[in-house]
Amino acid sequence: MKIGMPKDGRFGDFGGKYIPETLVPAVEELEENYQKIKGDKSFQNELDYYLKNYAGRPTPLYFAENLTNFAGGAKIYLKREDLLHGGAHKINNTLGQALLAKKMKKKRIIAETGAGQHGVATAMACSCLGLPSEVYMGYKDTIRQQQNVFRMDLLGCKVYPVKSGSQTLKDAINEAIRDWITNVDTTYYLLGSAVGPHPYPVMVRDFQSIIGKEIKKQMKNVPDTIIACVGGGSNAIGTFYPMIDDGVEMIGVEAAGKGLKTGKHSATLNAGKKGVLHGMMTYLLQDNDGQIKETHSISAGLDYPGVGPEHAFLKDVGKVEYKSATDSEVIDAFLTLTRTEGIIPALESAHAISHAIKIAKTKPKSDSIVVTLSGRGDKDIDIVKQYLRKNVKNSR
Amino acid sequence: MSKIQDKFKELKSKNEKALISYIMTGFPNENATLSIVRGLVKGGADILELGFPFSDPIADGPVIQNASTVSLNKGAKIEKFFKIVKKIRKETDIPLVLMTYTNVLYTHGYSAFMLKAKSAGIDGLILPDMSIEESKEYLKSAKKNNLDTIFLVSPNTKNDRLKKIAKASTGFLYLVAVFGTTGVQTKIHKYTIDAIKNAKKIVNRKLPLGIGFGVSTPVDVKKYVSAGVDAVIVGSANLKIIENTSSSKLQNKITEYTKKLKSSTRI
Repeated sequence: MKIGMPKDGRFGDFGGKYIPETLVPAVEELEENYQKIKGDKSFQNELDYYLKNYAGRPTPLYFAENLTNFAGGAKIYLKREDLLHGGAHKINNTLGQALLAKKMKKKRIIAETGAGQHGVATAMACSCLGLPSEVYMGYKDTIRQQQNVFRMDLLGCKVYPVKSGSQTLKDAINEAIRDWITNVDTTYYLLGSAVGPHPYPVMVRDFQSIIGKEIKKQMKNVPDTIIACVGGGSNAIGTFYPMIDDGVEMIGVEAAGKGLKTGKHSATLNAGKKGVLHGMMTYLLQDNDGQIKETHSISAGLDYPGVGPEHAFLKDVGKVEYKSATDSEVIDAFLTLTRTEGIIPALESAHAISHAIKIAKTKPKSDSIVVTLSGRGDKDIDIVKQYLRKNVKNSR
Repeated sequence: MSKIQDKFKELKSKNEKALISYIMTGFPNENATLSIVRGLVKGGADILELGFPFSDPIADGPVIQNASTVSLNKGAKIEKFFKIVKKIRKETDIPLVLMTYTNVLYTHGYSAFMLKAKSAGIDGLILPDMSIEESKEYLKSAKKNNLDTIFLVSPNTKNDRLKKIAKASTGFLYLVAVFGTTGVQTKIHKYTIDAIKNAKKIVNRKLPLGIGFGVSTPVDVKKYVSAGVDAVIVGSANLKIIENTSSSKLQNKITEYTKKLKSSTRI
């Protein structure tokens, strides 16, 4: 199989369409329409227009000289997706899908969100394009990301706190799928990561690939190493995919939470087993009976027991290496980037920063590492504050 | 011929349609399950559909979601489930269908799981997230283990696809009555009646057609039977009774309710 070209909706063993029958016509309609707009110049022009004038593309590729000096080794560059409208890479995908939904004459948009970044990006794209939006969010996440809940409120988006299961991202996806089954004719499900049944993983990857394409252009050549954080894995696949055959070292960084051995983490590719969830076959954190485990990460956006099927495939064929960073390593990286460069990263992105600092010193100064800074950290400052307070207390 | 097929044949000769009663095993607790099963059998259920909980039941509404959570919290495990099935099998010859989600089977390996299921006494399988495109291995293992594969179709399933799914289905074909999850319905929609009539026209006559999702009253049963279904599946309504009845009265209550539903399946 050629890398990146799914056959029958599968990347090797992974992906597919494990969905209730009621959704089959909707998924087929989506696939058909996606194929149409993929090659349609006027659609792509319209999307480019919004990406440039509304979202703020292209984003800069910034040479982080102070961070490079701090780490001591390879040059570290940051792909500044945090500077996009809404504060994260999510808008690349929501603009694409919302435009597609409009072309499909859908009257209602639903989405799930973890940290709230995809919810906010959905609400923004929908407001901009005149579509009503409704977002499912785990109840626990609505508490730890209150600011994003209020942003969605302000944007006119209806937020439903989900109180079933673990009350985080996976349960928000369950609830969105149930809504979609119920309102399948009128509703477009705007999925926020490179997960779910085919064609979502491919479509989301394609919309996010603008990240990797710009990096290639901005570096004039390809970097030696690229690093991105992986929850569902949309910013990572968008970073990797355009350079997949360019001989670049590619590293995805998962959330090791309180440590891989504690069981309190979200490092699906590091510690998961193959299984079926949310319409796809992929690696999952699950018990011996196939029950999905509750996950933990300091970053709500990585708190997910599954991972995009293309990442599962890339791991198995050895194209991409998947590492992890613990909560405490992430806080260190968060503080380091903030203090050396004056950039407050999202806790999700701080996973990638943490790994970059770790490996930069093992590489020559002539090497270049590009880290995708997928989002800004304003949403996380309360979590960081709490973490620091607690830790100061503990160390006394 | 499987137990399920035999049952449909027997009912046909009596001019009856099948009442398929669903419960979630281990809800509200493991001990209650056997007592509830006795109540259902006494009330005249023709086939039992036994739910095994999955942590993320995307096709289920709030009632079955809650029952799944309770069952899991009380320690539901597949090995325990098979033990319960064996106990049921000792008491009754009624056909038993397992309803759960794909990952539960996949994790254990389709073949290994099905071998155990069959030897415990399961006759057929329903997986609401198993689509026909992904079913090759699943079908192969089921055939090897003589288990019926009951696929679901929806009122929006196109005819060519309906034929394809029916071809892979054995035991019966499960028509989902509504656009929605299990247990939520207020009235019988015209689109459902149309879907029943269409399926009866398109699908091989030898394959019985069952209807489920939101079927809860004797009136519902009558209406669907007169529209032409061969079986009605009642699930969430049973669980609601289980939720609201004290354990000492539960078996009788279930029997009474099942009797009422069953009497509506006689033409």
